[in-house]
Amino acid sequence: MNNSPYFLQPASVQSVMLRVLLALIPGIAVYVWFFGAAILVQIALASVTALLAEAAMLKLRGKPVMMFLADGSALVTAWLIALTFPPIAPWWLTVVGVLAAIVIAKHLYGGLGQNPFNPAMVAFALMIVAYPSLMSQWPAVGFTEFLPQWQAIFGPRQLDAITMATPLDALRTALHTADARATVAGVLGSSASFGNIGGKGWEWVAAGYCVGGIYLLQQRIITWHMPAAFLATLFVISGGFALYDPTRFVGPSFHLFTGGAMLGAFFIVTDPVSGCTTPRGKLIFAAGIGLLTWIIRTFGAYPDGIAFAVLLMNIAAPLIDMNTQPPVFGHKRKAGGRP
Amino acid sequence: MNVVQKLFGFHGGVKPNYNKEASTRLPIAAAPAPTRLVIPLHQSIGGPPRPLVKAGDRVLKGQRIGDADGDVSSAVHASTSGTVIGVEMRLMPHTSGLSAMCVVIEPDGRDEWVERKPFDFRAATPTATRDYLRDAGVVGLGGAVFPSHLKLNAGKQGRLDTLVLNGAECEPFITCDDVLMRERADPLLRGAAIMREMLEASRVLVGIEDNKPEAIAALEAAAKRANDASIQIVAVPTRYPAGGAKQLIRALTGIEVPHGERSTDYGVQCFNVGTAYAIYEAIELGQPLISRIVTVAGNVGQARNYQVLFGTSMRDLVALCSPLPDTDRIIMGGPMMGFRMPSDDVPVVKATNCVLVGSQKLFPPPPPEMPCIRCGECAKVCPADLQPFEMYWFARARIFGKAQEYHLFDCIECGCCAYVCPSRIPLVDYYRFAKSEIWAREVEKEAADEARDRYEFRLLREEREKQEKAAKLAAKTAAGREKAAAALAEAEKPARTPEEEAKHALIAAALERAKAQKDQVHPENTGNLTPEQQAEIAAIEARRAEIREQAKPHLRQDD
Repeated sequence: MNNSPYFLQPASVQSVMLRVLLALIPGIAVYVWFFGAAILVQIALASVTALLAEAAMLKLRGKPVMMFLADGSALVTAWLIALTFPPIAPWWLTVVGVLAAIVIAKHLYGGLGQNPFNPAMVAFALMIVAYPSLMSQWPAVGFTEFLPQWQAIFGPRQLDAITMATPLDALRTALHTADARATVAGVLGSSASFGNIGGKGWEWVAAGYCVGGIYLLQQRIITWHMPAAFLATLFVISGGFALYDPTRFVGPSFHLFTGGAMLGAFFIVTDPVSGCTTPRGKLIFAAGIGLLTWIIRTFGAYPDGIAFAVLLMNIAAPLIDMNTQPPVFGHKRKAGGRP
Repeated sequence: MNVVQKLFGFHGGVKPNYNKEASTRLPIAAAPAPTRLVIPLHQSIGGPPRPLVKAGDRVLKGQRIGDADGDVSSAVHASTSGTVIGVEMRLMPHTSGLSAMCVVIEPDGRDEWVERKPFDFRAATPTATRDYLRDAGVVGLGGAVFPSHLKLNAGKQGRLDTLVLNGAECEPFITCDDVLMRERADPLLRGAAIMREMLEASRVLVGIEDNKPEAIAALEAAAKRANDASIQIVAVPTRYPAGGAKQLIRALTGIEVPHGERSTDYGVQCFNVGTAYAIYEAIELGQPLISRIVTVAGNVGQARNYQVLFGTSMRDLVALCSPLPDTDRIIMGGPMMGFRMPSDDVPVVKATNCVLVGSQKLFPPPPPEMPCIRCGECAKVCPADLQPFEMYWFARARIFGKAQEYHLFDCIECGCCAYVCPSRIPLVDYYRFAKSEIWAREVEKEAADEARDRYEFRLLREEREKQEKAAKLAAKTAAGREKAAAALAEAEKPARTPEEEAKHALIAAALERAKAQKDQVHPENTGNLTPEQQAEIAAIEARRAEIREQAKPHLRQDD
């Protein structure tokens, strides 16, 4: 029989994970509205792969399969991978990505709670290095017809009609490789992929993620530290450079509402297992991701920088935690206890 | 009285279901004297009292049957009149299932008191008053049972300004302080006034959780009647563990008393409200501590508070409340920090504030433990501002040094972390395990150090004796003095050459440094322990074996 405390708050890992999944739904709904149902196919594909891989790994490791399968953590990883990969990526790209996340990034490091790196970001980083072109084929906004999307996933692929460079990609390519006279304003005005504040369509998907993130905050599953520090850093640094030279650097609203910024702020940066846990540590950790994201987006060669930024800060997380331990009760002042 | 008291928060805490209504509907009732009283001699922190009676003796109610062993101890008294039928080992109200010396009394039903005389503490010296309270068996009734006379010390002039009375009673189910404050507010405040005078404190703050409006109203009315402006009744927000002494002191005064230091160093002394009432009874009525209010709650038909004689079996007490048939355990204390009793036939003692009756339905076994996902919920609720998941990590991996670096010994084992953990990890068990292992290791290390010192001394002595023998032998021989001198020189020579001397000095210095370093690594824990801590160690030592057994499956899970 157990020792005190004899009663517990009804909380479980499963309920945490299920609420995270629930929080993703507004963003997914907007996603489907603008970009078609292909993303649902990818989510299903990723979920099935993740559950099978999770079950196989648990069995190999001699763990209780059903208990851990039901915790929902594999599904969260799967959904995040589906949402960060192009929705018209070939099926095997998603499957290999999910396998890499579940088998290598999660279970080879010891399973739930033990992974030093965010599994979904490991999958993204691995795939974008291995298959840069496949990972850069994104559907054009408004082109929601299902059959061509289905064929893009399961073949035969005929992509020309339905793909388009992502806003981030288009902007950087234009600024870096096209003629030297290209300016941010010129690029943004010239292409159909740019919307009012961020990427066309993507800005509303980002808003959907933001709604889910606020739900997570309200449910006390995440704290304000990480989303706030990440978004604020991205805002301040992009804003500063945009003020300094608006022809070469794009402004903060574009950065916050394009690519994976909102998804990252509330669902990826906030992964508790691979991130920092102290309040100050969380601020430093997320601010670091914001800074690295901006650098990679602005000067790097990949369409989005969040995955690499997260992985780099994952490495630093234990060190940050160690040096940001909050003062313990009674040890806050060096001498004397009077306030 | 109606002065607005500024409140300070404390970090963390939880709001469990309080379940306090059931036991406050009826007034306090006197539990009938049972057919047999089993009164443990050791009911407080400090030395176990020496028995003053033997089998066959007739005792009166309130007669001292155990004499305090030194000053850090507290006397024990017969709870009613009757005949001593034995002084023997009986099962203790403790999880360990250990037995200890008890005086077993068969009551005669006459309930005949010893002569009772009020004690004029104003005419007596402070020391005499403290001795009187020690012999009246007054100890802290909040659960720690620390001898009260040791805490009623004014210390240096003007250093102590605040007496805090703890009526927060934050543990779910327990209402013994609540009903005491409702029904006996006037004598309680008279006890408080005595304590304030003894402490030479300038004010009394009574902290009560705001879920007890009746108690607050009763004490406010009593304070008005007493016309004592130094007494303030302060409602503190209801949040477990607001009744932890350090948490309450923080909430009322803003002062944080660090682990290992005393609140008196910060000008504050803290007592439970029940203790104030006991002091009133001892000083003004001349009655030693022979009973207390005990809440009986949980899986019972009618929960209620009883005035219970010490030594009454918990079984008899619970029977008064018609326990439900699926009852499977008796817990002493509340559901957050209470201890499961080894049997229901254990006596009510001074530490028994609540007898909580449990069942599988009321306190279901926790679901299977999952790995920690570092969600940080435990850190959010920790009232000691610790990082519980880090300590768990190191305790589980048996990296006890690191666990200490993360302030393991600041943990008050309130159970908030385990209460909120979504992975249902029995975190407190890990901390208890780590603490007891650290204590055990330090005790072992001390023993080993002692043995090594003894061995080294023996080698030194043997060497010296050998040299002396050689010298003597040489002196005896015909060649006489020269040879003796040569032998002596031979024996002592190695130590005398300058290089050797330097080497020795170096070695000695190195040893000194190593020793200093060792002392630094273990700055606390077993050195300079207060009696409170020693008792805690002893109690934990007793639990160790069991906790180890329980920890085994958890610890091996991931190997």
